[in-house]
Amino acid sequence: MSEYEVVIGLEVHVELSTESKIFCACPTAFGGDPNTHVCEICSGMPGTLPALNREVLRYAVRAGLATHCEITRNGKFDRKNYFYPDLPKAYQISQLYLPICRNGYVLIGEGASGKRIRIHEMHMEEDAGKLVHDPQEKCTLVDYNRCGIPLIEIVTEPDFRNAEEVGDFLEKLKTTLQYIGVSDCKMQEGSMRADINLSVRPAGEEKFGTRTEMKNMASLKAITRAIEGETNRQIERIRAGKSIKQQTRRWDDDKGVSYSMRSKENAHDYKYFPEPDLLPVQISEDFIDEVSREIPELREARKERYIRDLGLPEYDADILTASFPLVRVFERTAELCGNPKEASNWIMTDLLKLMKDAQCQPEDISFSEDSLGKIIEMVTNGVISRTVGRKVLAEVFATDVDPAEYIKRNALAMVSDQSVILEAIARVIEENEKAVGDYLSGNPKSAQFLIGQSMRMFRGKADPQAVQKTLFEQLEKLR
Amino acid sequence: MNSKDIMKMTALDVGRAIREGAITSVDATFAMLEAIGQKDARLNGYIRVFADLALQRAEEVQKKICAGESASPLAGVPFAIKDNICTEGLPTTCGSRMLADFSPPYSATIMKKLEEAGAVLVGKLNLDEFCMGSTSETSYFGPVRNPWDTSRVPGGSSGGAAASVAAGTAFYAYGSDTGGSIRQPCSYCGVSGIKPTYGTVSRFGLIAYASSLDQIGPIGRDILDCAAALNQIAGKDPADQTTNESTPIDLAAARSFSGKDLRIGMPVDYFGEGIDPDVEARVREAAEKYKDLGATVIPIRLPIVEYAIPTYYIIACAEACSNLSRYDGIKYGYRAKGAENLSEIYIRSRSEGFGLEVKRRIMLGNYVLSSGYYEAYYKKALQAKAIIKKTFDEAFASCDLMIGPTAPATAPRIGESLSDPLKMYLGDIYTVLPNIVGLPSASIPCGSDRNGMPVGLQLIGPYHGEQLMVGAASLFQRSTKHHLRVPGLFDDCEEGGVER
Amino acid sequence: MTSSEKSNGNDPVGIDAEQIEYLEQLARIRLTPDEKVRTRRDLSSILEYIEKLNELRTDDIEPLSHTVPMAPVFREDRAVNGDRRIEILRNAPEQKDGCFKVPKTVE
Repeated sequence: MSEYEVVIGLEVHVELSTESKIFCACPTAFGGDPNTHVCEICSGMPGTLPALNREVLRYAVRAGLATHCEITRNGKFDRKNYFYPDLPKAYQISQLYLPICRNGYVLIGEGASGKRIRIHEMHMEEDAGKLVHDPQEKCTLVDYNRCGIPLIEIVTEPDFRNAEEVGDFLEKLKTTLQYIGVSDCKMQEGSMRADINLSVRPAGEEKFGTRTEMKNMASLKAITRAIEGETNRQIERIRAGKSIKQQTRRWDDDKGVSYSMRSKENAHDYKYFPEPDLLPVQISEDFIDEVSREIPELREARKERYIRDLGLPEYDADILTASFPLVRVFERTAELCGNPKEASNWIMTDLLKLMKDAQCQPEDISFSEDSLGKIIEMVTNGVISRTVGRKVLAEVFATDVDPAEYIKRNALAMVSDQSVILEAIARVIEENEKAVGDYLSGNPKSAQFLIGQSMRMFRGKADPQAVQKTLFEQLEKLR
Repeated sequence: MNSKDIMKMTALDVGRAIREGAITSVDATFAMLEAIGQKDARLNGYIRVFADLALQRAEEVQKKICAGESASPLAGVPFAIKDNICTEGLPTTCGSRMLADFSPPYSATIMKKLEEAGAVLVGKLNLDEFCMGSTSETSYFGPVRNPWDTSRVPGGSSGGAAASVAAGTAFYAYGSDTGGSIRQPCSYCGVSGIKPTYGTVSRFGLIAYASSLDQIGPIGRDILDCAAALNQIAGKDPADQTTNESTPIDLAAARSFSGKDLRIGMPVDYFGEGIDPDVEARVREAAEKYKDLGATVIPIRLPIVEYAIPTYYIIACAEACSNLSRYDGIKYGYRAKGAENLSEIYIRSRSEGFGLEVKRRIMLGNYVLSSGYYEAYYKKALQAKAIIKKTFDEAFASCDLMIGPTAPATAPRIGESLSDPLKMYLGDIYTVLPNIVGLPSASIPCGSDRNGMPVGLQLIGPYHGEQLMVGAASLFQRSTKHHLRVPGLFDDCEEGGVER
Repeated sequence: MTSSEKSNGNDPVGIDAEQIEYLEQLARIRLTPDEKVRTRRDLSSILEYIEKLNELRTDDIEPLSHTVPMAPVFREDRAVNGDRRIEILRNAPEQKDGCFKVPKTVE
């Protein structure tokens, strides 16, 4: 391997999490029955025109600023023309000549081992529809729900030298975009997809080798495997004296091999020209200032603050800030329970375990942001025990129930009525004459036994301290 | 009042008669339907007529007018519209086999505005297929004929609209103008028409030919009908981001417009090689008329006229080839029978669904946009556009308005033009310039040639200069009778012109 | 077709049969032999006329897309829900399960 160097560049497509599509008012919500989030505009009916969603511009500029890009003051949209059933107008409104952002970078790694991955450009465009292959009829069904969902395409320079760097970059990019609220970056729902451009060259050689492209990779693991697979394929070919063809390949992650996609030589004449239906995109300094004020504290700064101001251990702060959905859960929980350390402990020990067991990514957390805070508050106030709290969290995590309601429904609240506790203790004393006698004659072991018996009466739903206190008070009265 | 008498009125007069209770919207609608029934077979101006719908609509509008809820100048007056403007649930064909059975699931913005204004839609008008033509012969539904001489073309592409207004089978109509498609047929048919400043009227729902050039506009028996019709549809539309706010045309002000202090520019370059001597003579007479009315007429130079056609056809065909790519036989429109794979569906549906002129322009568009040619053609055309705009900006420093011929000649015979497309394209030489730079322009009748065929006078105004342009045209029409001359077919008698 | 092959003002512009075929491919249109002959002839004469534009000096001219000054107005980001599937699919030559139907697309 070491005699060859692999060179990788990425094109990352990210769906923006606006409420409506880029050029029409259809919802961007994932899923839904086919063609139910579709109107005359996004289905390309004759006579329709695009009307640019203001928020798309804002999100794109925010993404550009968060990745140190220059923002194009006078940009425009262009048409990319090609025929395919997923593209109802037979052109995609995109940006070729004057993309909204240029010349940025993302830092990966830390300290001395850190590396700058340069962003060549970032442009706005519309997503295409979805083709579903119908096995029964040997036909393809076309669904335009996804058609017109706003995308930014982030094009990097060929700065990657291995799969690990690619993984680090995508993780960092995902975190950043989630932090600034422009995308949920759910790879499994296709809201973040990457095309990999890869070539190999002999170590020390300056000229790039011929590259291949693998399109629409939708998981980090698949990307890593695809890079390894394609690297090996190219090196083997070169070693065998064969040439590399510039082509688009499809990675089959199940089989672990890539296939050449049949494509006509001329398929790439996209006949780009400026979109006449949209005005030039003019971005003022004021707008850029406004957007830059919207960019929240990013990961590094937030991590520092958690350690410094909230007193969290570095390890915890690192994990909590790794993804913005977790940040949101943490901060809301801390706010509700008023105890950041306690909030952090619950997330680090309990929530992360639940997530791990369920193979849940932070962006897939679906329970109400208020729930964990409420649980901790109830534990702190003695409404439920910590053990019950864990049980409630598990249920909240799985089904997003309201904690208070769940506790009520299943009678999990602690017994806090002193008369109930007194009654139970009276029974323990009555039923355990021998142990009581032993205690009164000074046997410490029987004290432990009596505590255990008392707690069993409440099945863990009473505050142990209150139970102990009452027990000893009653025992002392017998002296 | 009988139907024939109603049909002789201008749209504004019909509107007034309805408001005053002399006639009803239903009377006017019935009159128009009757005229269509009697005369359209000889014209082929209409692709579809919605008789029941129109009468029902007229009744509704009449109720509103009686209740005082609808008082706009053309409320209750029936109209017709070019069949490239989308009408929800009603066939919208663009004169093409491709869309012969297409009914859009939505209505154009202007249809909604017209509904609010109390207008009554009667039918959809014939046109060149996808507006590609200057003769209205390329329609899948057959050629339109000129009411002055049915062996001649009415011009195009809004030929059905101009012919119907001229023949008295419509009070007024809406067409679209990409390179002269309203003005040139108005010139050939002896009626008035306006292509507004680009962005005055929403294009949402106008089936696109060339997006940066297309603009909807009115066609009427005189310029004031056109102005009132334009007022109903103008205005900024959130669905079309290339629209602008505009001030409605003040009809009273237009009626009292004075020629004093009016500086009219006459581009000398509009009288070069290829202009018919009768056309030139009528236009020069019109200029003299303006002088009589107190205006100053000054010769101006537009040394870019010869670049108009190349610039226009590059831009128009490039945009058209992209706009017409959506017709692929999958979502709507014609699908070739028996096409077995995707590629065959595309190729055969498009090859069978489009006519030759459309194919020719799609090919030309693909050529100028294809890899390696963009800079040489499309970019060059956009640069030429910048130069043309600068030339007009400078010319308007020395004049308020320009006049010239609308077309180099009067209406040719059917079948004469299509054999030589370049020659046909050159016929657009005077009309394409306002489209290229987005200026408002109008055509009004200014006499006839040796065969009695109408000649049109083109007016070109500065950006948003519709008020001035309409005022000047109205001044001309107050002082001349050219616009009152109607074809014999108007009175359903022999062919040839008569004075109304 | 590369830019080096493109003609300048001095060369007569012609379109050869191969170029027509390429344009047919780009346009997804198949011309009949007769249409091919006509189209080749017509496009050649139109392109020759278009060459006139090369007389115009445009070296330092910025291409102009939009001529009429306009204030951009954007759409606010609000979604309008409303299932219009039936209307959207009504004109489809073929449909199945709420989708437009086409022959199998994957190779």
